[in-house]
Amino acid sequence: MANTDYEAVVSGALEKHANTEGGLLPILHEIQDALGYIPSGAVDRIGKTINRSLAEVHGVISFYHHFRTHKPGKHIIQVCRSEACQAMGAVDVIDNLKNELEIDFHETTPDGKITLEPIYCLGHCACAPAIMVDGVPKAKMSSEQMIGIVDELRTPKNDD
Amino acid sequence: MTTKIYIPRDSSAIGMGADMLAERVTRVAQSKNKDIQVVRNGSRGLLWMEPLLEVETESGRIGFSNVSCDDVDDLVHSDFSESGVSSKNIGLVDEVPYLKNQERLCFARNGITDPVSIKDYIEHGGFKGLRRAMELDSRSIVDVVTESGLRGRGGAAFPTGIKWNTVLNCEAKQKYIVCNADEGDSGTFSDRMTMEGDPFALIEGMSISAFAVGATKGYLYLRSEYPHAEEVFNEALRIARAEGYLGKDICGSKRDFDIELRRAAGAYICGEETSLLESLEGKRGLVRAKPPLPAISGLFGQPTVVNNVITFSSVPFILSNGADAYKDYGMGRSTGTLPIQLAGNIRQGGLVEKAFGITLNELLYDFGGGSASGKPIRTVQIGGPLGAYIPEKDFNLKLDYETFAAAGAMIGHGGIVVFDETVNMASMARFAMEFCAIESCGKCTPCRIGSTRGMETIDKIISGENRSANAELIETLCDTMLHGSLCALGGMIPFPVLSAIKHFPEDFCLEPHATKAAA
Repeated sequence: MANTDYEAVVSGALEKHANTEGGLLPILHEIQDALGYIPSGAVDRIGKTINRSLAEVHGVISFYHHFRTHKPGKHIIQVCRSEACQAMGAVDVIDNLKNELEIDFHETTPDGKITLEPIYCLGHCACAPAIMVDGVPKAKMSSEQMIGIVDELRTPKNDD
Repeated sequence: MTTKIYIPRDSSAIGMGADMLAERVTRVAQSKNKDIQVVRNGSRGLLWMEPLLEVETESGRIGFSNVSCDDVDDLVHSDFSESGVSSKNIGLVDEVPYLKNQERLCFARNGITDPVSIKDYIEHGGFKGLRRAMELDSRSIVDVVTESGLRGRGGAAFPTGIKWNTVLNCEAKQKYIVCNADEGDSGTFSDRMTMEGDPFALIEGMSISAFAVGATKGYLYLRSEYPHAEEVFNEALRIARAEGYLGKDICGSKRDFDIELRRAAGAYICGEETSLLESLEGKRGLVRAKPPLPAISGLFGQPTVVNNVITFSSVPFILSNGADAYKDYGMGRSTGTLPIQLAGNIRQGGLVEKAFGITLNELLYDFGGGSASGKPIRTVQIGGPLGAYIPEKDFNLKLDYETFAAAGAMIGHGGIVVFDETVNMASMARFAMEFCAIESCGKCTPCRIGSTRGMETIDKIISGENRSANAELIETLCDTMLHGSLCALGGMIPFPVLSAIKHFPEDFCLEPHATKAAA
């Protein structure tokens, strides 16, 4: 995405939330929801608009696991690493998924298609192991099902 | 006549295919000219049966468990009669023992109603508590809640009435109600189910709290991992505003209150109340030192009630039925009911709301049906990642805050994660330290550094390097974390670690009773 495009998103987010009390998280969410990450070039402007230092804004972005500072892949797979999922074999399922994608957590496949992120609980602990693919929950996952999902994401119809 | 079909919109049910099922049922029924209406209800909490499809009949709602899209043709062809997919027919859902043997006060409506139908909510007893609160002055509302003995359900179990009383007694221009919906503990999902399945109950509870302390503004701090709860709750907020249950002069009471949903950003520590308040103020979620208590100086320095979702959703029953009706449930100082969540390696995982006093054995075997794998249950972790691992010999423990505390355990938010005999407790202890290292806010050195050192030391034990000396080191380290951390993350992560070593020394290749933890 070109700079000019993200400028519009940032302007929109600032316009909407600049006067919201404690509104930095809503601003960052608004930007990431639209772009998938917080561009480093936006940080200074956010700070100036809401009268917070660059260090403060950067500090907030880096504190929260949810916020990304790099553009993610086209698809995001979030896998739960928590105890309930581990009790149902999540460790193996995650290892197999990493092997299949040939990436580790917080990385994106070289073709830019899939980003892998750990999550500490999706709240599907009675239907473990659980993952979320582009915001859609998938529960009671086996390694085979997981690889099936990856294959699906790799097909050209999901490639536009 | 239109046949009503219920398919949950609960996100665990969606994870099991409920959205695709609902779409398919609608499509096939249309193509066959069947007159049906699909209602997207909340989940009944029989999560091992999801997607659970229910059909309204004259005798009650008939259920079909684990329905897949492949079953839809047969279901439609048989007009959703019991003969349809007979192997999946569970009969009358209300008669399922798992449900019938519960005492549902908070979850009375969950799975029965359409979560975003305010008409359904009112028809099933909704807003009775709020109406009662409107007849009372602030002091009397606080008194009823105090009298009920309700304690905070987020984990700390602090008496709710005392907290509200502190806020009520503060003079301030602006007071706040903050709902902690940052349900980060593994094995817990009762907050999620409430927001997705009965959101008006939470709105009602928060409103009653606002009337009680004189607050006009509320925040729901909701974790970013729950996008479905966000969607449902935002819809419920819009409807409640349109119907006059939020905003100015609520239901002609001359009292104002509104709620804003704020999305969190994936930091476990923000479930700690002071860290949550920092986050709401747009800062890093660093824990604050107490005092001052948030009840006196909370959000933006103003008096603030911070309670968990289930605490708030317990309040409408207390107001509408009275403190005594609530106190009739429970044991000792643990009054009322707790929505318990059975999770992990359990055959019948789901939500069980029961009065305090039920034993773990009853929960794990009578409700849960044993492990999902069929192998013996070796241990359970209760109260999330900071909760102790409990060995089988203690499964006769009764669920009661004081009983658990005396046994070195905690109930926390009521999540029970079950592990079968294949679990390696050294791995779980290491994970506890790793989790603490990832999620520490960094304010206190014992938590920030100790968690990483703890992980390394457990690695040494696992690899056989000076095992007994390193086990002693872990104990000293845990002691420092326990006493040198401001909040429960650093202060309680020692519990799962030490309990794993104490009860399962063989997994660390340690001699039983070789360490102080075993004393």
